[in-house]
Amino acid sequence: MSTNKRFLIISRRPPYGSSHARDALDTALTTAVFEQPVSMLFLDDGVYQLLQAQQPAGIQQKNLGATLSALPMYDIDQLYVCDSALRSRGLGPDDCLLPVQLLDSNAIAQLIRNHDVVLSF
Amino acid sequence: MTHLQLNEQRIELDNEGYLRDLSQWSPQVAEALAAEIPLPLSDAHWEVLYLLRDFYQRFEHAPAMRPLVKAVSLSLGPEKGRSIYLLKLFPDSPAKLAARLAGLPKPTNCL
Amino acid sequence: MTLHTLNRAPSNTALLADCLRACSSGDTLLLIEDGVYCALAGQPIAWPAGVTLCALAADVAARGLDSRLASNIAQADDAGFVQLCCEHTRVISWY
Repeated sequence: MSTNKRFLIISRRPPYGSSHARDALDTALTTAVFEQPVSMLFLDDGVYQLLQAQQPAGIQQKNLGATLSALPMYDIDQLYVCDSALRSRGLGPDDCLLPVQLLDSNAIAQLIRNHDVVLSF
Repeated sequence: MTHLQLNEQRIELDNEGYLRDLSQWSPQVAEALAAEIPLPLSDAHWEVLYLLRDFYQRFEHAPAMRPLVKAVSLSLGPEKGRSIYLLKLFPDSPAKLAARLAGLPKPTNCL
Repeated sequence: MTLHTLNRAPSNTALLADCLRACSSGDTLLLIEDGVYCALAGQPIAWPAGVTLCALAADVAARGLDSRLASNIAQADDAGFVQLCCEHTRVISWY
């Protein structure tokens, strides 16, 4: 009975200023629990979510980085990052808490075409 | 059941039986929670409970069934990393029951 | 002297530009919430001369920026934030 669709979750907001990043992540985890294949794409300020060493206890929030680092446990290992979003912020793949694949804008358009359902946060 | 009396210590529980103050957890608390079910805890139970506590330490949430199976498979071996194995140890809903006994909050994204 | 607070990331270019244009020499700019991303080393931001720059420590730590701040930006804790408010004659929030 399983009819799998390919899901792409686009996350483009920073981790703590609003609930967007948490909502994107919860959606990805829930979709994975339904055993649907999920990819995540981090664009724009969403790349800040991937920074290592987040310590949000002082602002009374849960550590989004810690939940993100559990993605492989949910078999979500297709993680994509906009290369220019990362580099324009002075960051690189070594700053990220998970292994990610860097994409240019052509590859991002291609990635979107390769998925059946795309949800943007 | 809204609390557990353990010698001098009073352990408050929420209406689903999870600890209100996670720092109150001890192996004795797990034994007492399991005894209420009743569910005798063997070494096979304990290795899953400690694995869950490690998971929570690292990822800051209690896992649903799928990531629990994966975590068990990765650290205790593929023989144990199967739903049926966990269902035998923790009947009905392994992710919820094991999290409760391990002193974690209720799993998020748990269906 | 004026204390300016900014709470959005530098990708909000119009807000950042308005804030920086409004700063005078002697003012203090305190980066809070997502504004602390402006303090990340290597940002192409033309900070106005004579403006003291600082970032709220709890927001810096939350976002994993502790070891990544530009060298010209100091950290202020919550008590420091209060003190800055008292030391300045007016406070403007850029949000």
